[in-house]
Amino acid sequence: MSASLEKGINALKEQVDSTVASFFSSCVHCGMCADACLFYTETGCPTATPIHKVEPLRRIWKSEYTLLGRVGKMFGLTAKVDDELLSKWETKVYDHCTLCGRCSMVCPMGIDIALLIQKTREGMAAAGYAPESLIGATKRAVTIGSPMGVKLPALMAQIKHVENDTGLTIPMDVVGAEYMLLLSSMEIMNFPEFIEAIAKIFTKADVSWTISSEAFEATNSGIQIGVADIAAELVQRIVDAAEKLKVKTVISPECGHAYMAIRWEGPNLIGKPFSFKVRHILEILDEFRQDGRLKINGKEEQRLTYHDPCQISRRGGVIEQPRNLIDMFSDNFVEMPDAGKMNWCCGAGGGVSTNERADKVRLKVFQRKKDQLDEIKPDAIISACSNCRIHLEDGLEEYNMDIPLMSLTETLAEHLE
Amino acid sequence: MSEIEFLNWVRGPGFQIAVIIFIAGIIIRFAEILMLGRKANLAEPKGSEMSGGLHTIVSRSFPDKSTFQRSTFTVVAGYLFHIGLFVTIFLFAPHILMFKDIFGFGWPSLPTPVVDAMAVVTIIALLAVLAHRMSDTVLKFITTKEDYLVWMLTILPLVTGYMAFHRIGMTAPTLLALHILSVELLLVVFPFTKLMHGFTFALSRWYNGAISGYRGVQS
Repeated sequence: MSASLEKGINALKEQVDSTVASFFSSCVHCGMCADACLFYTETGCPTATPIHKVEPLRRIWKSEYTLLGRVGKMFGLTAKVDDELLSKWETKVYDHCTLCGRCSMVCPMGIDIALLIQKTREGMAAAGYAPESLIGATKRAVTIGSPMGVKLPALMAQIKHVENDTGLTIPMDVVGAEYMLLLSSMEIMNFPEFIEAIAKIFTKADVSWTISSEAFEATNSGIQIGVADIAAELVQRIVDAAEKLKVKTVISPECGHAYMAIRWEGPNLIGKPFSFKVRHILEILDEFRQDGRLKINGKEEQRLTYHDPCQISRRGGVIEQPRNLIDMFSDNFVEMPDAGKMNWCCGAGGGVSTNERADKVRLKVFQRKKDQLDEIKPDAIISACSNCRIHLEDGLEEYNMDIPLMSLTETLAEHLE
Repeated sequence: MSEIEFLNWVRGPGFQIAVIIFIAGIIIRFAEILMLGRKANLAEPKGSEMSGGLHTIVSRSFPDKSTFQRSTFTVVAGYLFHIGLFVTIFLFAPHILMFKDIFGFGWPSLPTPVVDAMAVVTIIALLAVLAHRMSDTVLKFITTKEDYLVWMLTILPLVTGYMAFHRIGMTAPTLLALHILSVELLLVVFPFTKLMHGFTFALSRWYNGAISGYRGVQS
């Protein structure tokens, strides 16, 4: 056995706990997870069946953690995990799954298949079977501090622009601030309007906030590729900065997996609870709304809909807040079919957008989103994840659909009194 | 071995062996699962694991509208044969007598013609499930030998039970002995195959609901 394969197998073994064992013990091969997965519904390809994607992890569970599997292993009857299997599974696990978790909501046995796929990625990555572009992004995240290679001077340049445009000050490294804002590289480079919107809203709301020059990157490539050590290191940088600045709350920006990484995985990755709170920007804005800190001027008249980012809604629990906020500036809001916790993924989460190899398939499965949009024909789409936003724009262009995309935070800022 | 000796063996030692393997197997399987344990979640909770878990144990029996529309056959046929199995196993008068012998108490039965009709419905539903498994693109792809074995062992007691009740093809003692033997086969493989979902479904649904409930989402 090669050293890398052994690493992969050990990584898979580490993933097996009572949840994994109960999940695999319960699967009846009913196939309902396929009907819940846009990579199956839009391609018709049975290899995209979610439960099929976790075969490497299932084999490890069966051969190491069940009586029958162990007996079978002695006689060479239990299926093994080898390089051939892992190499075959690489595209299934990384290109044909966005970890959106819709399958986990549908399985009649309650199997959290998305969790199993995330765990399978840990073994795949350890054995060296991960997409090149994801490996590259992860390396940049560790060495440079950003998967897109965005360094502090780039952020400072954008901040200077925003300050010149708005006349507002973006507070950097303020000790004792109430909130510490994180940003995704995508926001820094493609959507600096987000920083502008935050500056406007937080100034109007009269709260103290800051950005750390030492840890401003919110995204976590370690989570996407499935390397817990790296994910933990990236989380630790944020924890160190938040503790140094003594902030009360760290804010995750409009990015799905960043929220998952820092809010729900973070403390478990570093092995201790945080001394501060973590909230998604939509939760903070909704708190401002409840406290009467947001005064709105004028309403959007166009027909708006909201695209639920999977990691924020279904996997993250932030579902009501965006709707409360949209209601403040819209009387013409319409839900997509299956909206909320059962929403369909845009097709590019979970590292798929970073993975160039998956460019074709992510645009193909966008058909699902197109069908949802065709049913309600909105004038504009609001979302709260810059990764969804970039991919939705790609998809709309691919399918010749002329629907503008708006960030919830930015739209809210535009409607402030 | 005469047919009476055969019947006595399956009713006596055969049945005891099957029940012992069934119970011991289930205990071993649960121990295997639970002894692995699970790390405590250190993130600040937004909801309750317990209420989320308990909710999902029940709610996962009822698919949402869109899921039902996408998987209509699987849901309807699945419901039919599970209800059918419950009725034929637990609400058939002679079965209740046997349970009374074992547990010391019984419960009301359904009229025999109703159970008889239900057995036919269940057999048809299981045949339809098999046809679906052999023809559907996804099911054909994910089906293993174990799936066919389990299907066979599930339908056998229904078919032999139906034959025994209507005395089809063989003498009554032989038919009854074959029926009991088929149940024993089912009991023996139960803990070591996907049939185990009959018990572990509650556990996996609970975990699913607990993971989601902790984050404030009802799954």
